[in-house]
This record gives sequence, structure tokens and C-alpha cells, in this order.
Amino acid sequence: MPVISYAEALREAIREEMRADERVFIMGEDINAYGGSYTVTKGLLDEFGARRCRDTPLAESVFVGAGVGAAIGGLRPIVELMTINFSLVAIDQIINNAAKVHYMFGGHFKAPIVIRTPAGWAQVGATHSQSLEAFFAHVPGLKVVMPATPYDAKGLLKTAVRSDDPVFFIEHTKLYPSKGEVPTGEYTVPFGKADIKRSGSDVTIVTYSRMLFIALQAAHTLAQDGIEAEVIDLRSLRPLDIETVAKSVHKTNRVMVLEEDWQAGGMGAEIASRIYEESFDDLDAPVARLAAAEVPLPYAKNIEREAYPREEHVTRAARQLLYRQ
Amino acid sequence: MVDFYRQMLLIRRFEQKCAEMYAAGNIGGFLHLYIGEEAVAVGAINALEARDHIFTHYRDHGYAIARGTDPKVLMAELFGKASGCSRGKGGSMHLCDPERNFYGGYAIVGGHLPLAVGMALSSQYRGQDDVTLVIFGDGATDMGEFHEALNLAAVWKLPVVFLCENNLYAMGTPIKETTAVATIAEKAAGYNMPTKTVDGQDVLGMYRECKAAYEYVRGGNGPMLLEAETYRYRGHSAVDAQLYRSKEEVLERKTNDPVKKFPAWLLEMDVVDEADLDRMEREAQGVVAEAVQFADESPEPALDELYTDVYVDSTGFDLRPAWAE
Repeated sequence: MPVISYAEALREAIREEMRADERVFIMGEDINAYGGSYTVTKGLLDEFGARRCRDTPLAESVFVGAGVGAAIGGLRPIVELMTINFSLVAIDQIINNAAKVHYMFGGHFKAPIVIRTPAGWAQVGATHSQSLEAFFAHVPGLKVVMPATPYDAKGLLKTAVRSDDPVFFIEHTKLYPSKGEVPTGEYTVPFGKADIKRSGSDVTIVTYSRMLFIALQAAHTLAQDGIEAEVIDLRSLRPLDIETVAKSVHKTNRVMVLEEDWQAGGMGAEIASRIYEESFDDLDAPVARLAAAEVPLPYAKNIEREAYPREEHVTRAARQLLYRQ
Repeated sequence: MVDFYRQMLLIRRFEQKCAEMYAAGNIGGFLHLYIGEEAVAVGAINALEARDHIFTHYRDHGYAIARGTDPKVLMAELFGKASGCSRGKGGSMHLCDPERNFYGGYAIVGGHLPLAVGMALSSQYRGQDDVTLVIFGDGATDMGEFHEALNLAAVWKLPVVFLCENNLYAMGTPIKETTAVATIAEKAAGYNMPTKTVDGQDVLGMYRECKAAYEYVRGGNGPMLLEAETYRYRGHSAVDAQLYRSKEEVLERKTNDPVKKFPAWLLEMDVVDEADLDRMEREAQGVVAEAVQFADESPEPALDELYTDVYVDSTGFDLRPAWAE
């Protein structure tokens, strides 16, 4: 099976969907000659031409809203926001238009737009380092997915493009070069289905996106001590597959959520609440949450690094969950 | 021409009835009446082809009526009934008519301009010559989306006609105090866009100038900005005490009421006689009475309607909260 990068997997998904459906087109800043700031759209202009691959002015609010309008008009736009930080500039179009057009007009219109954008951080300062998935996962009318692997990235993006609902598709800047196996044939990954990336029966780690790899590293370390962690990659934040999490908690009785967004009101808060509601009797310890420190992110490398849980924090949290008798 | 009067008269009687229905508690929320501005909608909408597209602001009843939407389903929507044009889910600010390419009624000032640009993009993408008409008020021209939308439409030469209804007040603030230039029309120069200023109280002039604008835009020449000078005789919304303008000013403006002057002119020109005008008056009142009766007799939405149309595909969602079971 071919091993390709996360960025290439996304590009394959876009290319395949654009070949299959004439209504699909891409737009965003610097997606053509520049190659897309993370190379995802590189080469698509040569194959599909300028009508279907559009460089936009630096104006997120109008080009996201135009994507919604074009979707209402029957097209299937894939709009790129250079980073998720810039989604804030277009927030009214995303939350008040994309998410609500179907509902507030009694189902008469739909907005099948995909907004794809990376979270991530790399000493780029507070306004360029946010994760924000919790904001979007909060909104009725949006679907939110956040793939960690090239396989999931391609499969979820194809599903997103074919979806009649607005999809907020969150990638990760640090994952673009990461490689993984991606089959050559046609396949999709459904929304609302978490994936157990590693089975185990001692402790459950619920996670997604880049943190999946921190969790897998921690699981490897814990296994040296005979602690088998079950690592669940949510993949889909809205809809959320709480059933897979509950089944795992039933088996392990101990669970943590590992996320890269800020803790307050984040995915960990939501998942912990759902676990308390549905799996209270299965728990032998409170749900642990490891999330980004509640600070705007700094520039200096050494302190930026301290804002995010690392493998040693995950293994320590797992041991704490197990020693809590 | 006679039909233009019929439409303006219907809008006037419909809006007057809405004011009564609001006071009686049948209509709730916000109510923004179109009284005084009828010639703008009737001129602009009648100059469109059936295949053209419309996006407007929350003062939208006149647009729906001019486009031919049945006043029964409009009144039912205002009463919050299931038979309403938006299934009771939208209300006054979110009327729509998918069959007539009327995509709504939007409540965030300026927020719908990007949508209209996107619809125009979809027409251009398909090589079709439909025009998208987007209407907004003078206040919207100070919002960022106005500027972004005009710029993008100009740069991509999109088939949009931007129609500003300048009724001199953005809610309670005179536009001359908040806008840096003397007219809305001259804002188009910043986008290298042709513009025309029209007397919004002159229905034939509106029709003529809109028709010319649509033909210009239909020819692939890029967008146009029209400024219609008009005035609303009632408050911004039903709860407006109008403390920001004098009664004398309103009375002076009412001397140029198109719903009075146009029939007087038709009479003078022998296009109609008194008997015709009486008959049209009775007809308008009849249509409005029927609309109220229909709205009255229609059922409210079923309680489960709260949860429908959040998504086109709700798989994976349990939208009913636990407390509601």
C-alpha cells in the first residue's frame, strides 16, 4: 500500500472529488501559483483551471460567505482558511450563515460547503497559534471533523465534500508532512465514528489530531510497565461518537481526554460530562483532562512548549488514574 | 404599470395589517415595516427575470410580495405557523421563496452580501447569465462585508447588482453622521464600479434604472451599485419611538408617497378610472384579510419541528436534550 503524506492525502481527496463532480471547486488565499501555504492545493490549478481553482483577495469574511452563497446556488465549494486563527475574521459567515441557512428557512436551502483549515503552533505568536475546535464543535448546524492520519484525512475529506451539510474540516500544520498508508482505491471515512487506534484494557485515552501521536507514544511507554492503554481517535467532533468511548470506559474504568485546545469548555469538558452522565458506574476514577494551558500562546520556544501536554504528562496521568484506588 | 400600483398597494395594506397583528400579539419578535419604500421593491423586483436571484435584509416583506410570493404563506410565517414560507422557523426577518429564487431575509446587517456574491459566482461558474440582486440599507454600507463584497464582485466581475435602499437612517442614527462620504453611490468609486442614483419613490424610474443595470451586469461587464433614495414612514421596527427625527420631517416626506402619487398619475393619464382604483383597493384588502384568516387557521409547528432541519443528514446526532425527555 502506498505511503503518502497527510498533505498529499488531502490533495488526492480534493483531486478525486473534483474529477468526479463538476460542481466541486476550491478557493482560498494563495492556493494556486503559491501552491497553498501548506502545499495541499499544489498542482490543482494545472489540472482544473482557473474557473475551478480561485485565489481570493485577503478577505475571509466575503470569501467564506461567498462559498456559502455558491453552495446555496448548487455548487460544492471547498474553501481554505490559511489557518484556523483566521476563521475568527469570518465567524459571522460561518456561524450565522453556513450553520443556519438550512434551519431558519425551513429546510428550503442547504449550504454544502467544506471549510478546511489547520490548527497548529510553531513560535508564531498568540494570534497564529490557536486550536479553537471547541468553538466550532459547539455550534448546531455545523459538522466538525479533525483527522490525525493521512488515511483518515483523505477519507473524511471525501465524505465532507459529498455531505449536504456545512463541514468545518480541521487539519494540523505539524501533521502535513507526516506519512501513513493510504489505499489506492476508492474509500471514505464516515462522520460520527471514532477509531480505536490502539486496543487496551487498563486505561482509555480519548484524543484526536496531533495529540493522537502523543497518546500512542505514551501508550508504548506504559506498555513497558504492563499498562495497556486503549487509544481512541475521535476523528469526528460534531457528531461525536460517545458510544465507542462508553464501551471503552466500561472495559477500562479509567479515562482521560487529551486535547490541544484550551481546557475551559473544551472537548474534554464535553466528553467528561457525557461520560459522567452515561458511564458513571463504570468509573473507578474521575475523568482526567489534559489540554493546553489557559494562556495566549507565547513566542519563546521553551515556554511555548510548556503550554501543551507531552508524553510524560500523559503517562503520569495514566498512572494516577490507575493508582487511585 | 397598473400592476405596479396593485403590488405597491398590496404591500402597503399588508404592512399596515402586520402592525395591527403585532399589536394584537399575533406577530412576535422584530417587525420591520416597508411602509413608504414600496416603489423600490416593486421597481427592482419587476425588472428581474424569473431566473435571477434575490438576497435582502430584514425589511423583506415588500420584496417577497413584489416577487409574487403568496401573502398567505407570508402572514402564516409571521404568525409562526407551520404553513409559513419558512415553516414557522424563520419569522419576519427570514422570509423566503425557493421557487422564485428568493433566498431570504437576513438579520445581520451586511451579513448577506457575501452570500449574494457567492450566488453570482455560481452563475458565472456555470456560464449562465442570471443576475443576483442584493438589497441592503444605508447603514450596511459602513459594515466591512459591504466593502469586501463590492471588492470581490468587482475583481471577479461577478453578475451582482448591489442595491442600497438609502432611507437616511440606520435604525436611529442619521447616515450623514456616520458615513464619511456624502452619498452611498460614491462609495462604488473605491471599487472601480459603475453606479447610479435613483429616486426610490418613483416606481417607473426604479424599474427603468434597475432594468438597465441588470442588462449591463448580465452582459458580463461586472457588478453595479445602485442607490435608491427613499424613506420609511414608520419606525425602524415596531418598537421604535422615533425620537431621532421630527414629526414635521415625516409629514413632509409623506407628501411624496408613491402609493398615493402613482395612482393619482395613472388616473390623470386615463390609464385607470376611479372605479378601477376602488376595485383594486377592495382586492388588496381582500387578499390581506384572506392571508390573516389563513394564518389564523393554520396550525403551529409540531413540537418535534424544533429538531428538524438542523442538518440535511442528522445521523449521529441526538438533538433532544436529556432534560426534555
